[in-house]
Amino acid sequence: MLYALLCYNAEDVVFSWSQAEDDAVMDRLARVHGKLRDTGKLGPSLRLMATTTAATLRKSDPPVVIDGPFAETKEQLLGFYVVDVENLDEALTIARDLGAANPGGSYEIRPIRLFLPGALPQTAAAAEHA
Amino acid sequence: MSGDLAWIEGALTSARPQAIGALLRYFRDLETAEEAYQDACLRALKAWPQNGPPRDPAAWLIMVGRNAALDQARRRNRQTELPPEEVLSDLDDVETPMAERLDSANYRDDILRLLFICCHPKLPATQQIALALRVVSGLTVKQIARAFLVSEAAMEQRITRAKRQVGAGDTPFETPTEEERDARLVAVMAMIYLVFNEGYSTAAKDAAARIPLCDEAIRLARLLQRLFPSEPEVMGLTALLVLQHSRAAARFDAEGNVVLLDDQDRSLWSRELINEGLALIDKAMRHNRPGPYQVQAAIAALHARAHVATDTDWAQIEALYRALEQMQPSPVITLNRAVAVSKVSGPEAALALIEPLEDPLGGYFHFFGLKGALLMQLGRTAEARTAFDRAIALANTVAEAAHIRQHLDRLMSDGATA
Repeated sequence: MLYALLCYNAEDVVFSWSQAEDDAVMDRLARVHGKLRDTGKLGPSLRLMATTTAATLRKSDPPVVIDGPFAETKEQLLGFYVVDVENLDEALTIARDLGAANPGGSYEIRPIRLFLPGALPQTAAAAEHA
Repeated sequence: MSGDLAWIEGALTSARPQAIGALLRYFRDLETAEEAYQDACLRALKAWPQNGPPRDPAAWLIMVGRNAALDQARRRNRQTELPPEEVLSDLDDVETPMAERLDSANYRDDILRLLFICCHPKLPATQQIALALRVVSGLTVKQIARAFLVSEAAMEQRITRAKRQVGAGDTPFETPTEEERDARLVAVMAMIYLVFNEGYSTAAKDAAARIPLCDEAIRLARLLQRLFPSEPEVMGLTALLVLQHSRAAARFDAEGNVVLLDDQDRSLWSRELINEGLALIDKAMRHNRPGPYQVQAAIAALHARAHVATDTDWAQIEALYRALEQMQPSPVITLNRAVAVSKVSGPEAALALIEPLEDPLGGYFHFFGLKGALLMQLGRTAEARTAFDRAIALANTVAEAAHIRQHLDRLMSDGATA
């Protein structure tokens, strides 16, 4: 069963990390990612830029574009994983492993209702990531 | 767990501007506000690992810092004054309105005021930067001294002097009017840009030591953007900084020589920072309120979009420099436009554009560097050599001089073979 692990954290804290701290977190996460990939459980996953780079289209009539996400919350959606697991317990175990590698915040574990793998060429995705 | 400690450090750093800003509004004295914040941090380091971090770290630090400072004041008063009861009740009266003023609506003005105090016009630029890094960013004196390539004692003195200068304080603590807020924002943006440039204008051997200045400037710009999420010039400033910083790894060669934009290995540019800059400038332009930071960011974006130097849209860059010239006329901007003109219309047109600048820019390294390069392209070797000699005499860094010397060497060898 497919679950989404939605990563929430206080972005002003995360963006206060020095490059070295950020690298250390990403290194620890990479080890968890490797394990998930090797067991075939890891689907498309991504890390988002800060909400300062975001725009929101509010579906009013006519639709209005505003800067940033419009909900003022303490924690922001900073990324997500798609994982293929047997049950909630297994998804929670993965979230615990990720949480141990990545301080603060929380993971929302949410079953996926519709999954569209999309058709992004591998190269484009890689270039965006580099 | 080390992860938790990292989170606590991050929380303390990110809450710092807001906490000190609020404590400053309360105590109206920078020194007291800083001490109160330090006190609160010490308590946080004890309490948070045991009890878990609070939901709102900044609010926690403000409350605890405020109470700690009030406690101290009470104790001091008790030692010197009698009866203490009166003093206590006086202070309690002060506390009541404070609780209301802890309202989050004030935070934005608190942080802006704190930043604004650091860029007091009485302070020379380097002191503004040092003060902001110490007070707002919370870098240690040692870290700042290293980034400025001066001794710790000298930096300590510089910061103390700066604090004394602004300590008397003529910045009002009332909620600013719309005009005051705009004026503060403009001054603070300029200061953040100074912090960045202090780190960016450097020789290769010092680049690693100075990168924290660029990182801090970007962090401050993002902070400002969170405070003013719909201000296109703030988006432009952040975009400009991340786009310039995206080239950091390509700016020097292995020998420490400056590598010009055209010659940089673009695969070394940071895609992540470029994408952030492009997203921000796209967002900013939607507002249709152009300003100097947006235009400069748009120019940087055109460079970033070119995968090879020859793909650069110089005509568009020329038009943007023309717009910038109109917004803030300056011979340096005209000089930059001349580079674009030389690419679009050739060296002759560019030379004609910069000739009248010799008077205002007679002491400017880059003027003679460009003049020499244009003359060289036109085959006017002797004049080119004269211009390059002037440039070397005016070079600010060894790397700048070395770069011009490369041109001279090329001229000499071309001359020999011609």
